[in-house]
Amino acid sequence: MATVTGVSVADEMPGPDGRTPLSGDRAGTGRLGDRLFGGAALGAGLLVVALVTLIGVFLLWRAVPSLANNDANFLTSREWQVDGQHPRFGIVEMLWTTVAASSIALLVAVPVGVAVALFITQYSPRWLSRPAANLVDLLAAVPSIVYGLWGLRTFGPKFEPVQAWLTDHLGWFPLFAKTSISGSGTILFIGIILAIMILPIVTALSREVFAQTPITHIEGALALGATKWEMIRTAVLPFGRPGVISASMLALGRALGETIAVTIIVSALSQGTPWTWSLLNGGETFASRIANNAAEFDSPQKTGAFIAAGLVLFVLTFVVNAVARVVIERRKAFTE
Amino acid sequence: MSTATPATAVARTRAAGRPGSPQPSPALSHKARSRELKNAAARVLVWLAFLVALVPLVWILWSVVSQGYHLLLDSGWWTHSQKGITARRQGGGAVHAIQGTLLQGAVTAAISVPVAVMTAVYLVEYGRGKLARAVSFMVDILTGIPSIVAGLFIYAVWVTTLGFQRVAFAVSLSLVLLMIPTVVRSTEEMLKLVPNELREASYALGVPKWKTIVRVVLPTAFSGIITGILLGLARVMGETAPLLILGPYTKSIATDLFGGYMATLPTMINQDRTESLQPAVDRVWAAALTLILLILVLNLAGRLIARLGSVRK
Repeated sequence: MATVTGVSVADEMPGPDGRTPLSGDRAGTGRLGDRLFGGAALGAGLLVVALVTLIGVFLLWRAVPSLANNDANFLTSREWQVDGQHPRFGIVEMLWTTVAASSIALLVAVPVGVAVALFITQYSPRWLSRPAANLVDLLAAVPSIVYGLWGLRTFGPKFEPVQAWLTDHLGWFPLFAKTSISGSGTILFIGIILAIMILPIVTALSREVFAQTPITHIEGALALGATKWEMIRTAVLPFGRPGVISASMLALGRALGETIAVTIIVSALSQGTPWTWSLLNGGETFASRIANNAAEFDSPQKTGAFIAAGLVLFVLTFVVNAVARVVIERRKAFTE
Repeated sequence: MSTATPATAVARTRAAGRPGSPQPSPALSHKARSRELKNAAARVLVWLAFLVALVPLVWILWSVVSQGYHLLLDSGWWTHSQKGITARRQGGGAVHAIQGTLLQGAVTAAISVPVAVMTAVYLVEYGRGKLARAVSFMVDILTGIPSIVAGLFIYAVWVTTLGFQRVAFAVSLSLVLLMIPTVVRSTEEMLKLVPNELREASYALGVPKWKTIVRVVLPTAFSGIITGILLGLARVMGETAPLLILGPYTKSIATDLFGGYMATLPTMINQDRTESLQPAVDRVWAAALTLILLILVLNLAGRLIARLGSVRK
């Protein structure tokens, strides 16, 4: 599926696999310098592979003894009692909170982020483009704990009326049903906070690839009579698509595992709270539960339970990234 | 058509395309209007998105600056630690936390930058076939690894398995895991953007591949690589999650990477985040402002270096 401009994405941004440039290069000649440098590069690559493997292995190794002692079903139980001889813990509630909040974040942040990137690269007046980019970069420079503070003390109280409106008018819909949580420590609110946090990631990377769109593509589209928006749709967006996808991946990874902002803001539910699908409920994500209890890693049994939760989070991000990667590969196969 | 000369044919085409000339059919003009509408709608939406994105930024910065600036104007903030200061008391500074953050960031960068840049070089310049696919895949996975998992992993290795204490160096190790993929990906993108003509020209002059990479490819991509490193550093310096697990807070100055606790700005904020006493609240916002400024200064310095050192332009 060649793009309208006649050049497929894969031709322009070759991935490390299935790529064309210099495929026949035999420039590395086996000189000592070449062998050393190439070896060092290979070594660094292998180190990365080893690191990821080790993370999986170590977490699994440390989690298995606790999982074996677990009296409840780890995947379906809502309990979390890690003390004593017969611990009972399960992850289903954390899984729901994590996935729901990250989905909200992604739904909000990706369209806005791409639009902001388009603004900076295509629409803004020349004098504004650089300051605008710097401003959004500034948002990335804000550490997550500051987002947490701000969300808890400043934004949260202002967001409560919005939630009240939602429960009043859309309360019949299960996702917006009224719950026992009164403040702003809800899944919906952390979703919004996460969206703000990942917005600069989406924007920065998309902006970078949009700015690299070959000027010939842009001029070609305009010369054929395309409006500005048509030019963007046919030249800029297809060229930037791999960048946008990888930006969204990065963003999702950060949203799933974001710890301290969520930990500060979200209202943890007490044991035995009835189940609800509402996004206006509290809860704990994997990361926030681990962080909340980081001071209590005293016995291997307890630590193992939290490492097991961390392992699930690891697997979750692993799957998300793997799926996203398959999507990119498949698109690449179509474009070639 | 056969009777018309080429010149009149051209003239007719021009007339049809000129604005203001009679449109060939109402269907086409309708289409033109909808195209223009879409164009205008896209413009409005994009502007709106930008303005919406600015709201939280301005709001956060206003909250932090307005509540934190007055402590930063006090010279004691930059010269004293929190030793002996309780939540009820005013005074003390953040030098212990600033120092800890800088030290851990430097150690993290020193370990991760060489590994990350070489991995990117491998992926772009050397990698072929299955192994390169595996490395690239693993970088993606590492990118998505949450900071808390990186912290847990280092905890499982450093404390549970090796039996060491929770020290600053372990924090740096966990931050390395977070910094490597950021730098690899940005460096990789930049290396890919280096025109192949440059490499080919270098080869044609008989320059070996490694020297081509070191003297031509990397310098060309230098500014982008620096930006990537600084974004990576900015990310890890503001990171709190691994510090909760591996780097407990302390109120006094510490420089030993391998013994005792070391304070950092994020843990300093975290320490008093639930405090409602005004002196502690002020210090929390001031520490937040300090952290933002620190990261900002790093970013600006990096941009400056990148601009000065850039081969392109």
